[in-house]
Amino acid sequence: MGAQLRIYRRRMRSVKATKKITRAMELISASRIVKAQQRVQASSPYSTELTNAVRAVALSSNTAHPLTSVAENPKRAAVLIITADRGMAGAYSNAAIKEGDLLIATLKARGLEVDAYLVGRKAVNFYRFRDRAITASWTGFSDNPTFEKAQEVSAALIETFLADANAAGVDELHIIYTKFKSMILQEPVADVLLPLATTGTPEGEATGSAYEFESSAESVLNALLPRYVEARVFNAMLQSAASEHAARRRAMKSATDNADELIKSLTRLANAARQAEITQEISEIVGGADALASASAGSE
Amino acid sequence: MSDTKLTVEVVSPEKRVWSGEATSVSARTVDGDIGILANHISLLGVLVPGVVSIKGSDGTTTEFTMDGGFISVNKNRVSILGQASN
Repeated sequence: MGAQLRIYRRRMRSVKATKKITRAMELISASRIVKAQQRVQASSPYSTELTNAVRAVALSSNTAHPLTSVAENPKRAAVLIITADRGMAGAYSNAAIKEGDLLIATLKARGLEVDAYLVGRKAVNFYRFRDRAITASWTGFSDNPTFEKAQEVSAALIETFLADANAAGVDELHIIYTKFKSMILQEPVADVLLPLATTGTPEGEATGSAYEFESSAESVLNALLPRYVEARVFNAMLQSAASEHAARRRAMKSATDNADELIKSLTRLANAARQAEITQEISEIVGGADALASASAGSE
Repeated sequence: MSDTKLTVEVVSPEKRVWSGEATSVSARTVDGDIGILANHISLLGVLVPGVVSIKGSDGTTTEFTMDGGFISVNKNRVSILGQASN
């Protein structure tokens, strides 16, 4: 076998092996999207109910609470960025990090100092490589977040929010996550977690009536708001996980398609090389026979 | 007294644990036990760890052990939020 042909065959083997891997990853992600989506849906009644309850308290009472009052002169803001632990998901993590950069730039333009809270190894590596300060980070659960992890993250956020401004406490909490809009559309979004915008128009009729509080509006708010942050963070993590799987499935699908294409063109090249080899062999035989014939004719 | 039934939902962070119609709900808040019947005034309460029992409109009683949480009542809709287990 000719050297050229051997090289083509070797490349085809390696592309085929890669294709098998990307195909397997595509199928795994495809099956996990559905589960992740179901988890998003299962968690949404809780966060909807909590949001309604928080709105109700905030609107039907004039209680000033540190978690709802907007600081007059904000100095620091915390940004929580949710990304993936693993790559091979196209631009998924980078899109979220970029959205975070945009938000940080606008916050800095407002004269705020920004603390970065990161979820996912991709964001941590990005920040570490560029020598940026990381206030806190969590890794290892991006594709299957649990409520306990969300609680852990929220606890850190609430603690820094409630801390005094002199003790490096923050006045605003922002969150960057990837919204799962559909199988083919996921979008990085920036949301304000706290302070709660209580000036917005109430949704639905639920907020119309006056509430009785057990035991007081303030104690209800005190207990409610950390749960609210947890629910929001948890929901963001679940949506991001679903988006991660969808992005990975898409990236792996195009990798598989590319491998197919590559195999096709390599097959053509290999065929041409094989044909060239055969042609050369024939012309060598004919040439040899000719040489023999003319040599024996000359000796007679 | 148009409505005599409550629509009750028990929701934990991960999923909706239970939902259905009920005639009464009793729960333990920070101020003590409360019972809720139809047409109760709108209420938001903080629950302490304890048992929430729901008397269904079919006569059965369902109980959940709550790990804290909230109860919200509005227009015959009762939502119980928190980590719940049967």
